[in-house]
Amino acid sequence: MKVLRPIIAVSLLILVGGVLGLSQGTQMLVGVILPSIAFLVFIVGFIRKVLDWSKSPVPFKIPTTCGQAKSLDFIKADRFDCPDSKSDVIVRMFLEVFLFRSLFRNTKAEMHDGPKITYGANLWLWLFGILFHYSFLTVVIRHMRLFTEPVLPGLGFLEFMDGFVQIGAPVLYQSDLIFLGCVVALFVRRLISPQVKYISLGSDYFPLLLIFAIGATGMLMRHYFRVDVVAIKQLTMGMVTLNWTNPGNIHPVFFIHVVLVSTLMMYFPFSKLMHMGGIFFSPTRNMANNSRAVRYINPWNDPNIKPHSYAGYEDEFREFMVDADIPVDKPLPPKAAEPEEAKED
Amino acid sequence: MAIPKVEQLRVNVAHEPNMFTGAIPKADWQDTFTEFKEGNFAYPAKPEMVDYHGFPNSRVWSPDEEDWKLPDNWETIILQGLKDRLGKFRSLKLYMDICVRCGACADKCHFFLGTGDPKNMPVLRAELLRSVYRNEFSVGRKILGKMMGNRPMTANVLKEWFMYSYQCTECRRCSVFCPYGIDTAEVTMMMRELLHLVGVGINWILEPAANSNRTGNHMGLQPHTFKENISYLVDDIKEITGVDVHPTFNRKGAEVLFITPSADVFAEPGIFTFMGYLLMFEHIGLDYTLSTYASEGGNFGLFTNNEMMKKLNAKMYAEAKRLGVKWLLGGECGHMWRVLHQYMDTMNGPADFLEVPKSPVTGTVFKNAASTKMIHISEFTADLIKHKKLKLDPSRNAHRVPTFHDSCNPARAMGLLDEPRYILDAVVPTWHEMNENTIREKTFCCGSGTGLNTGEIMELRMRSGLPRANAVQEVNEKYGVNCLANVCAIDRATLQPLMEYWLPNTSDDPMRTTDVDVIGLSELVGNALVMDGEIENREQGLRFEELITADTEG
Repeated sequence: MKVLRPIIAVSLLILVGGVLGLSQGTQMLVGVILPSIAFLVFIVGFIRKVLDWSKSPVPFKIPTTCGQAKSLDFIKADRFDCPDSKSDVIVRMFLEVFLFRSLFRNTKAEMHDGPKITYGANLWLWLFGILFHYSFLTVVIRHMRLFTEPVLPGLGFLEFMDGFVQIGAPVLYQSDLIFLGCVVALFVRRLISPQVKYISLGSDYFPLLLIFAIGATGMLMRHYFRVDVVAIKQLTMGMVTLNWTNPGNIHPVFFIHVVLVSTLMMYFPFSKLMHMGGIFFSPTRNMANNSRAVRYINPWNDPNIKPHSYAGYEDEFREFMVDADIPVDKPLPPKAAEPEEAKED
Repeated sequence: MAIPKVEQLRVNVAHEPNMFTGAIPKADWQDTFTEFKEGNFAYPAKPEMVDYHGFPNSRVWSPDEEDWKLPDNWETIILQGLKDRLGKFRSLKLYMDICVRCGACADKCHFFLGTGDPKNMPVLRAELLRSVYRNEFSVGRKILGKMMGNRPMTANVLKEWFMYSYQCTECRRCSVFCPYGIDTAEVTMMMRELLHLVGVGINWILEPAANSNRTGNHMGLQPHTFKENISYLVDDIKEITGVDVHPTFNRKGAEVLFITPSADVFAEPGIFTFMGYLLMFEHIGLDYTLSTYASEGGNFGLFTNNEMMKKLNAKMYAEAKRLGVKWLLGGECGHMWRVLHQYMDTMNGPADFLEVPKSPVTGTVFKNAASTKMIHISEFTADLIKHKKLKLDPSRNAHRVPTFHDSCNPARAMGLLDEPRYILDAVVPTWHEMNENTIREKTFCCGSGTGLNTGEIMELRMRSGLPRANAVQEVNEKYGVNCLANVCAIDRATLQPLMEYWLPNTSDDPMRTTDVDVIGLSELVGNALVMDGEIENREQGLRFEELITADTEG
């Protein structure tokens, strides 16, 4: 059971957060010090990983062309699936990053009698994927209320839009529901799709479970425990202004939430979650398909690799070539010793 | 190796229990290792071939034996080799780190669709390397190793690399669907490079590579034989059309050096494509030469390692320089064009001794090849057709109802999609597209690319070619498609047996071996050309096949 370890891991984190969050003595540790460290780990780890990728050169221009290239005037080029210039590449990357263009192509192949293979549209992964990422982004931006004073401009509007359906008090954010729904869907998909289940590792379940627990504790805080938001903001503002204070009356569930978020931040740079940074570096997507028009330089290209030389080739086959009326650079030596033997075939 | 009868394999692929048909293996992939048995691996390289290239650890060995006779310190060699390559290829490093195992690639691979083997899902194929990478290089490997699915480098893992990096044709179809563009070709190319470090390679790649190096072409045709083969084709053209064509060899001062895969010179059905080239060049009076030294467009180095790719490719510019031509024209080939389009200029450029290709007939300047100075025959031909410089009679191809197979590399590493279609429109009365999920950037590989078109793995090839064959069968039944046009020499060599297997001849004609003939696009062009001085009411096509004329129609 590859899913068991991650379940245990997340349960333990909840336990730790709950226990340490209970006592005033340790609240500062998990509520302020831990997230501060986690944030640093996240930033430093992220940058280090990106620098590490940057250290390795891209020796060849290898875009995956997903449409017609720019070639002849009368052939219509597909600029964004087969970019020819930097600006085309920017559009292609925009479509990848903001609309998940490639995932949108997804199909599902099925084998039938005959045999007959069919390919049906399969947009669930794209849908859950994109909703998950955008709702996560919305949630993160909303949280900026806790770290800015006065709060970021536009945040109020975002919150208003996010609570548009006006259910409950405090109002229920749609992004919270979508967020949790998508995490559940992505998790369940890993369990019920046999192929995906087979390829899934513990490190695939762990972040999903962790993120679910983060979302769940967040919603519990807001809608069930009705935690003291003013106190929390006191704590978070104290944290970011390095003026650490513990207002005291914060519910332990908050500390569980913070421990989970801190874990996510610290886990992020060392895991597959780095796809967030990596997507910008993918050479099959971020390069222009103009390698015949503009020479691309490989920094480690070895000039000492030479072809088997023409001179060497002619030396080996000169007689045959002359015999077959193929032009040669050097004439045959006058009457070689054994001309007949070599000519046999 | 005996291959099952097609009736049997038709049932097997749909019903045998495997990952694709819905039977899920009980054991984790980390704990199962595939057995090597006659028929599921390509033969290892002969020691003399390994020595010829100066690769280490040449020896007689066989994958189906327990002991692969690896060097004593092979683990160190492999891990050091991996480390070196992580430092040289950002693609490798990145693709080791960012896969989220979403599974979008799983059912996009023709090897997976044909075999149902879970390790043929691109994600798992790459995971064979990733599991070792993480075990050696990732942060937290000591505490989280098990959860991350890490594995130490063992002989069994190495054997898996051999099995599955040679069950990948580096076609890049998975990279179209991957949300991060992870390209399995980048991974299996590295696995193959690593395996060569310990003397593990296949003969069907290293021997042609050796031949290409020495004689200029992968079959090892010597200059006089190369020329002689072409003279037979010249004779056939004379007999069929009544026209004399005049190819020249190693001629200094020609305007254009034409290079195509050597398979077009000696093997059916490629030779008919070559006859098409000869006819068209004669038709427009092109000042061109062939070279016996650079007589191979294909590049088996691409299937070996980047150094070999560079070495073999370097002949093209060297010969262009020696002959003093102005620019290069390349024939129909898939992987050859990956090398020419994405690697050649970087590896062996700048070709500043050449001029930007300019069609001597239409005056079109090919700015898209301003730096490499090499253009694709389909670009050249499409331009000729656009400017009405070819006298074409599509009814000469009335006996052909083609569909068009995009080759992996021109489609996904070049974006050459509509030029061939533009040509097809002009040279045949009618043709039909296959299922949209199997063409253009989503095209399926022939199943035998990257040096896998060797006889000992025939069942595997028929399985991996199934998605392609299946789509052909659909248009054969729906529209009566009877020929499979393409712009690739490996396609011509491999789709032919694929069609003969999956779509055997059902007609009364005992000469036919399949219902769908495999045909190079330039053959269709050549066959449609109305040549000056040709036989009146020509009755035969370039294969000596009977044409549908006014008489036969009547």
